[in-house]
Amino acid sequence: MKKKLEWFFIHLELIVVALLVLVPIAWIIISSFNRGNSLASSTFVPEYLTVDNYIRLFRETNYGLWFFNTLQVAVVNTIVSVFIIMITAWIMSRFQFKGKKASLMFMLLISMFPSFLSMTAIYILFFTFGLMNKPLALVFIYSAGAVPYNVWLVKGYLDGISSEIDEAAYIDGCSYFQSFLKITLPLSKPIITYCAVSQFMVPWMDYILPNILLTGDRNKTLAVGLFSMISGKENSNFTMFAAGAVLIAVPITILFILFQKFLVQGIAAGANKG
Amino acid sequence: MKKRYKSTILSCLIWGSGQFFFCKQRLKGLLFFAMQAVLVSIELNTGYWINYFAGQIANFKIRLYGGFFTRGIWGLITLGEVPGAKGDHSARLMIGGLIALLVLFIFLAVYVGNILDAYKCGKAMENALATANTKQSRSKQIKKKYPYMILFPVAVLLLFITAMPILFSVLVAFTNYDSNHIPPNTLLDWIGFQNFARVFNSPIWTKTFFLVLRWTIVWTICATFTSYFAGLLQALILHSPHVKHKALFRSIYILPWAIPGMISLMVFKNVLNEQFGPLNQFLLDIGLISTRIPFLTDSVLAKISILAVNLWISWPMFFVMLTGVLSNQDPTLYEAARIDGAGKSQVLLKIKLPLLMHATAPLIVMNLSFNFTAFGTIYFLTGGQPTEPSYQFAAGSTDILISWIYKLTIQQRMYSMASVMSILLFIFIAAVSYWNFKRTTSFKEV
Repeated sequence: MKKKLEWFFIHLELIVVALLVLVPIAWIIISSFNRGNSLASSTFVPEYLTVDNYIRLFRETNYGLWFFNTLQVAVVNTIVSVFIIMITAWIMSRFQFKGKKASLMFMLLISMFPSFLSMTAIYILFFTFGLMNKPLALVFIYSAGAVPYNVWLVKGYLDGISSEIDEAAYIDGCSYFQSFLKITLPLSKPIITYCAVSQFMVPWMDYILPNILLTGDRNKTLAVGLFSMISGKENSNFTMFAAGAVLIAVPITILFILFQKFLVQGIAAGANKG
Repeated sequence: MKKRYKSTILSCLIWGSGQFFFCKQRLKGLLFFAMQAVLVSIELNTGYWINYFAGQIANFKIRLYGGFFTRGIWGLITLGEVPGAKGDHSARLMIGGLIALLVLFIFLAVYVGNILDAYKCGKAMENALATANTKQSRSKQIKKKYPYMILFPVAVLLLFITAMPILFSVLVAFTNYDSNHIPPNTLLDWIGFQNFARVFNSPIWTKTFFLVLRWTIVWTICATFTSYFAGLLQALILHSPHVKHKALFRSIYILPWAIPGMISLMVFKNVLNEQFGPLNQFLLDIGLISTRIPFLTDSVLAKISILAVNLWISWPMFFVMLTGVLSNQDPTLYEAARIDGAGKSQVLLKIKLPLLMHATAPLIVMNLSFNFTAFGTIYFLTGGQPTEPSYQFAAGSTDILISWIYKLTIQQRMYSMASVMSILLFIFIAAVSYWNFKRTTSFKEV
């Protein structure tokens, strides 16, 4: 009897928590298929379901452009950041040179400074060099911002791989860069995956920098565009926002779940490295 | 005179000449010389020095006739001399000056390297070791140079995109850059530590600052530990042997973590909406309340709502990490304790929990520093609202330092005070991170 009661309460708790998690998600998905525009008119059990909001999203707003802008930044950012991170971490892990400790400490120091606190300077810098309103220019900031923390992370990972293989390759006539491409990179797939996925997600989440650096509606990234739909007082575009939110959340969520294993490893490693 | 001194002195004056004439290192010498040529030609090409030396300019002023470096440094020191004049935009002068300084710094490094190298190779020539320029020593040399060659572009990127803006915002804290002094119509001035003094001496600043700081700290601690213990509790419950469909629950629980946080925040902003939000409507419909609850517009309730939403978003991360630790634990440890007569609760409290806490302590510290600067959570949910009379300078009762800094910059245009806050915030983070970092092994291994 006592066992059964325990079983019951445990499952009750599990189900309640699952509901708490699922209800808001279900609500936003249903809202996106609701008729009417406003927050008040979107009910949990609607009488009609419609895909109007999705159609309007592409007809009436620049959602498609925002999506393309963000995707573009995400892809370029992933490639550039991962390359810079890997090669820097590889040098830091495999070579001994003067100023190594100083440069590592320098990176640690700047990684503690939240990058958007320097937005005034970045604004002026972008303005001076004519980079305003160019989504791709964000890659400069994202990749430079990603280097310090991730180099520490990847360096720790590479330190754990024996360098004897490299030495053997050098003796066989391999150049340094070849050993990087053919030995180090294939051996560090898990950490590369972590860096790639986390860098890919940055532009989808970042709001502040694109908000001040990209002013035209056509140049916005998704985060800025979506927030502009609900930041008004009336919430008159709520169902359209819901459609936009669902459309972006689904691929990112799937991506996350697919690469979950690597993300968990990366976070655990990051926490242990400080 | 010995060769090493000759070589060094010559290289001091003309870069690379020591290497070129005394050490038979023609290519290296030429490269160093090329660097010097680049440095000088940048300055000459951007300035009017040649005209000055030819006597064509009677009244020489660096402001008008200086080159990239001299004018940059002049700008950094004076921040402009003629208000409203084209080219006397103080903020841009500051950035230009910083860039000039950083470029000079790179050249200085090359120069020092050139002198050291000239000394070394001069010495080597005396000992006639340079003749032993065998393959082995050359490959050794490449190994020495290689890191610098690869890291140079990375260093440039970091210096100009990351370090330079940080330096700029640090410097702004020492100027009077605010809504009354907006370049180019007015010039900025260096005012020393006056802004810092204001935070601690001027009562309205002090009061607002400490109110915001207090909530920042409360928020950081509550946000982290509520999520941690919720994750821990759920991990322990799911780990119990009674539960059959573990994978199902696990994949549901992970959802809030997988969904982009920003989207969740925007959705909850609407869920908790006072007038139209579904939560209020639902509570009204089932008759639990008779008036709508101001979830995000009452200063106390807003704080609780923010913490609750944050809990929804961030407990799954701890849940997943703790589940991982739990399933990796050695069950014989608990069996041994049970055989020794420990009860279920004793095993949990005295063995399981301490082990879990120990394994996840770094994660907690990381989350603390993350929450300390969790701009999005505040900005998307309440925007720092509601406002209260005891708060000044656009700060609201749910503002944390970082969201307040954002408002000071964007809305109030108090750039200098925002910089002061940034520096204080940075000191806070740096202290905690440094302390945390010192305990870890990776620090000692550098």
